[in-house]
Amino acid sequence: MSVIVLFLAVIAIIAGWWLSQQRLMAKPWLDVGSIGETPAWGGSSVPAAKVGLGVFLAVAGCLFALLVSAYFMRIDIATTSGATTTGTVLRTMPVPGLLWLNTAVLVVSSVALQCAQIAARHGQRDAVRDGLLLGGVSALVFLAGQLLVWRQLVDAGYFAASNPGNAFFYLFTGVHGLHVTGGIVALGKTFGKVRSGVAIERLRLSVWLCTAYWHFLLLVWLVIFAVLTGWADDFIVICRTLVI
Amino acid sequence: MAEVVADTVGSIGPAEVAEVELYHATSWLTKYVFCQDAKVIAIQYSVTAMAIGLVALVLSWLMRLQLAFPGTFSLIQSENYYQFITMHGMIMVIYLLTALFLGGFGNYLIPLMLGARDMAFPYVNMLSYWVYLLAVLVLVASFFAPGGPTGAGWTLYPPQAILSGTPGHEWGIILMLASLILFIIGFTMGGLNYVVTVLQCRTRGMTLMRMPLTVWGIFTATVMALLAFPALFVGCVMMLLDRLLGTSFFMPSIVQLGQQLSYSGGSPILFQHLFWFFGHPEVYIVALPAFGIVSDLISTHARKNIFGYRMMVWAIVGIGALSFVVWAHHMYISGMDPYFGFFFATTTLIIAVPTAIKVYNWVLTLWRGNIHLTVPMLFALGFIVTFVNGGLTGLFLGNVVVDVPLSATLFVVAHFHMVMGVAPIFVVFGGIYHWYPKVTGRMLDETLGKIHFWVTFLGAYAIFFPMHYLGLLGVPRRYYELGATAFIPPSAASLNVFITVAALIVGAAQLVFLFNLIWSLSKGRAPGGNPWGATTLEWQTPQTPPGHGNWGKELPVVYRWAYDYSVPGTERDFVPQNQPASAPTA
Repeated sequence: MSVIVLFLAVIAIIAGWWLSQQRLMAKPWLDVGSIGETPAWGGSSVPAAKVGLGVFLAVAGCLFALLVSAYFMRIDIATTSGATTTGTVLRTMPVPGLLWLNTAVLVVSSVALQCAQIAARHGQRDAVRDGLLLGGVSALVFLAGQLLVWRQLVDAGYFAASNPGNAFFYLFTGVHGLHVTGGIVALGKTFGKVRSGVAIERLRLSVWLCTAYWHFLLLVWLVIFAVLTGWADDFIVICRTLVI
Repeated sequence: MAEVVADTVGSIGPAEVAEVELYHATSWLTKYVFCQDAKVIAIQYSVTAMAIGLVALVLSWLMRLQLAFPGTFSLIQSENYYQFITMHGMIMVIYLLTALFLGGFGNYLIPLMLGARDMAFPYVNMLSYWVYLLAVLVLVASFFAPGGPTGAGWTLYPPQAILSGTPGHEWGIILMLASLILFIIGFTMGGLNYVVTVLQCRTRGMTLMRMPLTVWGIFTATVMALLAFPALFVGCVMMLLDRLLGTSFFMPSIVQLGQQLSYSGGSPILFQHLFWFFGHPEVYIVALPAFGIVSDLISTHARKNIFGYRMMVWAIVGIGALSFVVWAHHMYISGMDPYFGFFFATTTLIIAVPTAIKVYNWVLTLWRGNIHLTVPMLFALGFIVTFVNGGLTGLFLGNVVVDVPLSATLFVVAHFHMVMGVAPIFVVFGGIYHWYPKVTGRMLDETLGKIHFWVTFLGAYAIFFPMHYLGLLGVPRRYYELGATAFIPPSAASLNVFITVAALIVGAAQLVFLFNLIWSLSKGRAPGGNPWGATTLEWQTPQTPPGHGNWGKELPVVYRWAYDYSVPGTERDFVPQNQPASAPTA
């Protein structure tokens, strides 16, 4: 559970920093305002939707941190019950080459949305539309690629039930894929608004939200890719020696 | 004048929510059924939660009947008994208490207490309720599925939860897991709303340190729930895959009836970690809103400002943070490293410090207050006593060496019923008696309320005090029938009969409450907008019940904290939050 505890520690630091800005030492019983003098309420000028996305990303991040936690605990248990090297019991499955291509496609998707967001800031409608379109299509390609990876693995006889490592692979990619699908729905709605001619100023926020979510999905994918293939092991070992 | 406003607005945010942003119902269906108004959603949440809570109440009667008169009732076989305890526990903890405190009280009170027109994302808020209702329906469906609901115990521990020896292993467990997954999705939608509304939709002058403690409690509990529920989500998804696809996340190699099952290499302990990583914060997800609400009830009905407001806020936040590092105290007998046990026992005992601060502050608020023994106040007092009681037995169970012999006995059952069953439900009742006049415009009947309180209060003690004693004798929990043993004297059986009679009476008293709720809706006294003389914003609305958009043309402006009761030199014994310092008292 060290991964999730570390993740929550980061959240706690952010929350603590925010609380420290909120004048928690104030003595509200002494502080009565008269007409015309109201104290600053302490909220930020950030739109509610951005705060909402931030909170949602914390929750989704928590979900993935828990999955990674479960994975490492599972490896620990396998390691103590006989196997010598970390993870060898679980990672019997080859890493399909297609995953690299998929990763590249997801990077393209993220970059395209970043371009769309920059274009939205400068009010360039066509560039926004192209960016969203490219981002959406490449995300769809990514999903198709992931499904193809599943297909290849099943054909090669690596079923979810045959090994816990395989099961984790399908679980990670499946949950991530569902999040991408949700993102595509939101992206589709934004794209629809662009096409129906809604003023670009009113779309800036939606495009920003999509872009932020896409970067988050890319980051999560890179982390779980590294975890599943074992490149993160050394890093985890270092972290563990730091914690314990 | 305009310049002054511009100056203040600069750092304060918009003075008013633009009307276009507010959702307006256009038909009967969107006004009362698929409604985006937080007040309607709150009532929908509350009614659904109480309806499913009644099912859980009846289940507890059936369990108690079996324990008192084993073998007398043909409809309670051993499988049914396990199904009843499982569903009773799960419904009470998740579908009743969590949904009622956050979905019910949260939806109604957050926007009103903060001076907002509605939640930040009304549409998502509406979806949250409908997904919750779907979760409840899936849960209810398991009663009618082949094999019945799951009988795995409310903790759903694998491997037994999905093996064929457990009742409901065919459909019950699948529907249970699906229902929990839906609940968590629905809750996340609602939770996002509560958090963002508290962060971004407060009215002018409503700093965090001027928020009523009710909002602090619900806000902190929501943040915790958003971070803790994913653990249950992950556990449920993984177990569902184990059950449906035959994966081995939690399932070790098992020989069942001489047959080797296809599972191998999974870890049941992994599930326990995930479950309790959610399960312990869940205790405080239920307790923190109760702490907040009870603070407001005590302050209002004792006509005195809350003692140590800042400490109360810090304690709420502190408890919220600490509750994430105590989960393994539910797992002392799982064979974990003794040093872990030491660590978790220490953190568990540390959490007693902020909790004790809260209890002292409630008592000091009462000290020399002008105590009105109204029904909400009675329930608030009942809460304090019961919570202290349950908290003290928590000190026993938090220590590894004391916990080991007491684990899985009725002592544990008595402890958690006192601390997170009876105590929070008292606050639910107190809150309903307190806010019912605002929600409906009518008072609940006082006499019926007092009957309800005294029978429930004394009855709850008649049920759970003897249960501690049974636990110390070593009577195990979750047993369908005790049979003859060397260490349990026959008097334990008589005590079980006594407990069952008390449970039936307490259950019947809830019907009085239910009658009162319905009867008062049309026959109750109409007391006006602020019957308790309370300071918080929800009592200052132009209409009672509050109209659509909560406030008239202009949002209220807050000039003071929420606890200006019995201020010397003022005409009335309370000063509303939206009354400025220099204005003459009305």
